[in-house]
Amino acid sequence: MGFEGTDRYVATEDLRMAVNAAVTLQRPLLIKGEPGTGKTMLAEEVARALDKQLINWHIKSTSKAQQGLYEYDAVSRLRDSQLGDGRVQDVSNYIRKGKLWTAFDSTEQVVLLIDEIDKADIEFPNDLLHELDRMEFFVYETGETITAVNRPIVIITSNNEKELPDAFLRRCFFHFIAFPDRETMERIVDVHHPDIKKSLIKEALDVFFEVREVPGLKKKPSTSELIDWLKLLMADDIPEEILKERDRSKAIPPLYGALLKNEQDVHTLQRLAFMVRREAHADR
Amino acid sequence: MLINFFQTLKKLEIPVSVKEFLVLLEAMQARLAFGSVDDFYLLARSCLVKDEKYFDRFDRAFSAWFKDLESLDDVLNALVPEEWLRAEFEKYLTPEEREQIKSLGGLDKLLEEFRKRLEEQEKRHSGGSKWIGTGGTSPFGNSGYHPEGIRVGGQGRNGRAVKVWEERQYRNLDDSIHLGTRNIKVALKRLRKFARTGADEELDMDDTIYSTAKNAGFLDIKMRPERHNAVKVLVFFDVGGSMYPYVRTCEELFSAARSEFKHLKYYYFHNFLYDFVWMDNRRRREQITTTWDLLNTYPPDYKVIIVGDAAMAPYEILSPGGSIEYLNKESGAVWMDRFSRTWRRLIWLNPTPQEHWPYTQSTGIVRELVEDRMFPLTLEGLEEGARYLSS
Repeated sequence: MGFEGTDRYVATEDLRMAVNAAVTLQRPLLIKGEPGTGKTMLAEEVARALDKQLINWHIKSTSKAQQGLYEYDAVSRLRDSQLGDGRVQDVSNYIRKGKLWTAFDSTEQVVLLIDEIDKADIEFPNDLLHELDRMEFFVYETGETITAVNRPIVIITSNNEKELPDAFLRRCFFHFIAFPDRETMERIVDVHHPDIKKSLIKEALDVFFEVREVPGLKKKPSTSELIDWLKLLMADDIPEEILKERDRSKAIPPLYGALLKNEQDVHTLQRLAFMVRREAHADR
Repeated sequence: MLINFFQTLKKLEIPVSVKEFLVLLEAMQARLAFGSVDDFYLLARSCLVKDEKYFDRFDRAFSAWFKDLESLDDVLNALVPEEWLRAEFEKYLTPEEREQIKSLGGLDKLLEEFRKRLEEQEKRHSGGSKWIGTGGTSPFGNSGYHPEGIRVGGQGRNGRAVKVWEERQYRNLDDSIHLGTRNIKVALKRLRKFARTGADEELDMDDTIYSTAKNAGFLDIKMRPERHNAVKVLVFFDVGGSMYPYVRTCEELFSAARSEFKHLKYYYFHNFLYDFVWMDNRRRREQITTTWDLLNTYPPDYKVIIVGDAAMAPYEILSPGGSIEYLNKESGAVWMDRFSRTWRRLIWLNPTPQEHWPYTQSTGIVRELVEDRMFPLTLEGLEEGARYLSS
């Protein structure tokens, strides 16, 4: 039983190999790639395809590795002791399970997504080395060792904001989601908008790749932006002639708000359009 | 046979460990890639390579291994990609030079000839008009005077490199050097600026005691954010030919800075700053970052450190089109001005000994441009620079 992509997700051959290797050998899979190329979605789709529950641990800059294991709520225990609550006697009442513990505890194998691991502190991955390797950890407060009942399928995503430590990398499989080429892109669009007109796709893709080429954009539009934009184009019923009319002086594509997420980028595009217009004038 | 493959990867300095290799074997045993080279390629890459920046090297190693190239020489030859020679080299040439190249039968011929002569020639060679070596008039070699000359290895004689290609030239700076970096780290510590920002997650003992007492003994917990080193640093490294003697010093600085700062961004440039810089030397042709982007992206509170020897022809700074890489529309001085207007805390670190500075005209020009905030790349210079940056 392997992962072959789903009706909602196009997996290239190399991605399939990486996922299947990680699943078979029960090792974490590290996914990198431009924002918006479907890293997070991969975990959701792997869970769906293999019919497993997905546990999502979203990492923030303040996340600590310990929070994924468990947290000891000393503050409420202290408070309870002042109020004379009977629960105070048992320390395990104040231990809150983290995502990793929940994943280890589950009676069925689950998919654990550690999303955007690079957002956390530099030391974060190092603190999880042993836990991900052995799939067990020790709870100091109660003195018990938690071992995974079923080793979860661990998928880790990174946006490359920080470099991950070598020791951590050595324990993972790695896949880099390259920006899809035209053909893959057409398949992806097809999966998301099956009824979109063929010619509209072609014109839209032309415009899309052209916008990606514009120098100096802060955030190049990526796959997820394209999907949103197509959704808008369809909803708005924009005639394809408008897309086809690739007059450089009207360089701003319709409904550009879905493609460009940055005010400065819109300005850049407008400035370029203006310059092209001016040059055209000068030629005349 | 896979041991050979592993060795090939090692030779090309892809960081692979025995553990990862064993995982690959384990995966093979699990029949994840059975009877298909393509599958094996994908599987091996996923197991052994952990950073996309090594993909290219892995591909070369894989094809070298697969074609059963036995000697290391062949693998090293593979390191000089043919298309790079051709397409990029052609871009560098002026029309006259291109004309002259035709005298030897075109660029293709030139490159072919080059390989041929390299094979014929066995010893190191200097002078003369045919063999590859140094100082001659043959089109191949170093420091020569043939307009279509291809420079091979070695160092530019006067530190004025013109159109250099040399495999090691464009390596990324290696940050894995730890020896000798301690001192540099200590100097960089001056730049530290601690700030408490972010979520409250540390127990503020003093405030808790105070407020509990105020609460008539009823516990009142006070939290505060953790302390972080909040300084943000932007570093630019010159990787031009004349910087070659200082690579090691720069690597040490880079390595130290890397571990010292959480917000550290680094870029590379060649000789002087113009329209673009790049983050990855190996892919400098495809992945450039325009300088405008940098100016717009990083706010003025970034501290900027430029590392370069500032030794070049004055026109490379002062006139448009002065770049030795391409035709730049605006002069380097204009860009430098934009830099110092955007980031007030900017210094230039120069690895050449300070007493040599007066002998190079361009060094004087650069010093003026950065308002005399050029410091030698020594411990004292670094400390002085850090003091200015943190003031």
